[in-house]
Amino acid sequence: MSEKVVLERDDLRRKLQRIAHEIVEANPDPGGLAVVGIHTRGAVLARRLHALLRELTDTEVPIGDIDISFYRDDVGAKEPADQPVVHASHIDFDLAGRTVVLVDDVLFTGRTVRAAIEALFDYGRPERMQLAVLCDRGHRELPIRPDYVGQNLPTAHGERVNVRLEETDDVDEVTISEPQPVGAAS
Amino acid sequence: MKHLLAIEQLSRAEIDAILDRAESFAEVSRRDIKKVPTLRGRTVVSLFYEASTRTSSSFELAAKRLSADLVSIKAAGSSVDKGESLKDTVATLSAYDPAAIVIRHPHAGAAQLVAEWSDAVVINAGDGKHEHPSQALLDLFTLRRQLGALDGKRIWIVGDVLHSRVARSNLIAFQAMGAQVTLCGPPALIPRGIEELGCEVSHSLDGLGEADVVYALRLQKERMKESFVPSIREYAANFQIDSRRLGARQLLMHPGPVNRGVELSGEVIDSPHSLISEQVASGLVVRMAILYELLAVGGAHPAPAEGDPGERPTPMGQPA
Repeated sequence: MSEKVVLERDDLRRKLQRIAHEIVEANPDPGGLAVVGIHTRGAVLARRLHALLRELTDTEVPIGDIDISFYRDDVGAKEPADQPVVHASHIDFDLAGRTVVLVDDVLFTGRTVRAAIEALFDYGRPERMQLAVLCDRGHRELPIRPDYVGQNLPTAHGERVNVRLEETDDVDEVTISEPQPVGAAS
Repeated sequence: MKHLLAIEQLSRAEIDAILDRAESFAEVSRRDIKKVPTLRGRTVVSLFYEASTRTSSSFELAAKRLSADLVSIKAAGSSVDKGESLKDTVATLSAYDPAAIVIRHPHAGAAQLVAEWSDAVVINAGDGKHEHPSQALLDLFTLRRQLGALDGKRIWIVGDVLHSRVARSNLIAFQAMGAQVTLCGPPALIPRGIEELGCEVSHSLDGLGEADVVYALRLQKERMKESFVPSIREYAANFQIDSRRLGARQLLMHPGPVNRGVELSGEVIDSPHSLISEQVASGLVVRMAILYELLAVGGAHPAPAEGDPGERPTPMGQPA
């Protein structure tokens, strides 16, 4: 299976920095912001963005993370076998009146983001939600659009985008791997 | 894992998966909105042929917190009163295409039979003197939160072991998680030969001091057709857990409902040793986890029956 690196460690750092700058630009009052990452790697990216926002604004914005298992729209069909880890959500602050920046690693069909929006509403009523993603690979199945994008990645539907982060995978990189045709030796 | 019929059928990994999942539902239960949409549009039938407060209420609330539609049947006040058989009742309820049937029944093996008669996922909420697996799981969850791993811990199960499905399920569950179990009670209330399951047996409370956890059982007067104990007073004198017998570091559990002044003295029930109210709270999140694991993860929705939908196994008699 061939795998092509599209973002290396430094690229990834710069993309996140740009997103942080854009967030600050779009939200003149950083005191009203909050950052919420979607498990697993969205939560890691949210922590990094949180640190960058602190450097940029000298403000400690509330941070949380959210697990969408209970909000999936394909419950019963299958749960990805490679996600045996059970998470819980942590939203320890009041969402009311805040602009919440949802953070995820890859935006694909939009179903995960839909589930995250629904999950977040069970914690309260934020004034506004924005979406920040490290990679947008297209192929949306729902009317969802990111506000901040690190990198647009044109992909074929069958390809796989792999985001690896030091905190979870010991390396910072984004790669695209080819679909593996059944029975083909590659 | 297609059904939850007996703890015996679960591996340690499956038990851990349910307990981990329950931890996520504990977080859901702390929110303002304690409900998630996971089982939206699916039906859960709760069928209770025996009295129950905790088990029925927590299973029903668990189903509602997962957004399932709930049909709740108690034997008293239903067609069961008019003589309808279990099989006919299950056939009737199957017309609603339930995703899960939670059943409590006075006869051992009832849940197994329902699993054979219905396409639904079946959860045993207590079948006669056989098993009560969800109770064992919630007790494991409660203990895991207090003690961490159970490996090497000593647990005494005290009282009416003979009539207790909780004792049977918990013995298996505690051992599966690495604890050492001692069953304690008067000889008439301990099943003969139960040592073969790998536990110790004691007919007095003398050695109770070694226990990390004391699990008291209810004296089940309603299941006693003959006299197993000379008198309640004598039983209490020999086997009641009171503040004199309970050491400072020991934890106390009881599946409820408690006969105050029989198996437990009033003061220990309300003491800091007691995990009884934690057990009830665990019951809700563990039963949410059970429903989730069976309906959303493991047992996908029942596959459409092949061929004639009326063609189902119909074993007669012979409870499992």
